[in-house]
Amino acid sequence: MSLHATTSQTVGPYLHIGLIWLIVENLAPKGVKGERVTIEGRVLDGDGKPVDDAAVEIWQADAQGNYGTRKFRGFGRSATDAKGRFRFRTIKPGRVPGPDGRLQAPHIAVNLFMRGQLKQLVTRIYFPDDPANATDPVLALVPAARRQTLIARPKNKTLEWNVLLQGKDETVFFDC
Amino acid sequence: MGYRRPAPGTQPDYLFPPYASTVKRAPTQPLVVLPHTLTETTGPVFGRSEVKPGDADLTRQHKGEPIGERIIVSGRVLDEDGRPVAGTLVEVWQANSAGRYPHRVDQHDAPMDPNFTGAGRALTDKQGRYRFVTIKPGEYPWRNHYNAWRPAHIHFSLFGPAFATRLVTQMYFPGDPLLEKDPMYNCVPDERARKRLVSALDWETTIPETALGYRFDIILRGPQQTPMENRR
Repeated sequence: MSLHATTSQTVGPYLHIGLIWLIVENLAPKGVKGERVTIEGRVLDGDGKPVDDAAVEIWQADAQGNYGTRKFRGFGRSATDAKGRFRFRTIKPGRVPGPDGRLQAPHIAVNLFMRGQLKQLVTRIYFPDDPANATDPVLALVPAARRQTLIARPKNKTLEWNVLLQGKDETVFFDC
Repeated sequence: MGYRRPAPGTQPDYLFPPYASTVKRAPTQPLVVLPHTLTETTGPVFGRSEVKPGDADLTRQHKGEPIGERIIVSGRVLDEDGRPVAGTLVEVWQANSAGRYPHRVDQHDAPMDPNFTGAGRALTDKQGRYRFVTIKPGEYPWRNHYNAWRPAHIHFSLFGPAFATRLVTQMYFPGDPLLEKDPMYNCVPDERARKRLVSALDWETTIPETALGYRFDIILRGPQQTPMENRR
């Protein structure tokens, strides 16, 4: 007999108590190979107000496109601050196979947890000006007008990637 | 290879107005169905360098013993085929016995307990088992609606083998009369799914003259057997 997955429940407003022991905002300390990137952003609600109680988790491959290697776990967790900001220092991941075996563009998977979400929001971060974005099989599933919500933007020496929960430029979320 | 989609009615939608915070935070645009690629079928692994056996005893994190009823919360983490999920990280957090969290946002007029933080961690064993020693959390009021009270609960966070198996949930206690009015507990239409969030009093894990045992098994998504094309 097949069992059913346990029902998801919200992380609630006190998530920090359980989750901040494992804050990982720097995924790529010295010794990790790859192009260094800093990704910064804000989480904003339907009124444009900062979400100050979100946990942002990321999962990515190493620079060669391998997941979970001994030298690079590829997991990050950040908690948003009073302005809704989060930040990761990492490396640009390599390309990994897509659903049909063709390579995907470099991307980072994101799970977002916060009060007001009964289950996590799933989205992705892609990299600006990467020619592989044009043929990425997942981006291709996203309506063209909304694709830019998944692509980080260069800002000073960092990449900016904001999460808009609602509104005109609402971030694309996936049914994972 | 991918993971199964949920059975109808067993997982919440994002927008659920009885839980007021969803209104300004739930997506309004249609979700894009994501095929499960290597990105979604792999996930982080955590080990003994990060999670110590003592992390599972929430009653021994301070000088003294916390106030409240000592309990054992244990269970198994399985996938939808009933296979144990071994070596996976389980994180828990909860209010103290008076229904108060040591958190800046919690302004409930109930005492803090200097001997209780309310956070624990464990890794499941080869049979998928975990076990926490803690105290029974108290109920507490919240401002979702007039005279709103949360039933006693423990927050659980689990990883499983993949990005797609990540689960955050809450465990409740049997016979709690607050459950029927709780918007979170009632966020899914399937009554059996709701009831699976309620732990069971467990004589096997109860320690005589010391602590009652509560059993809470957690099911993570299982691998999809049919070809990707037939998933939806």
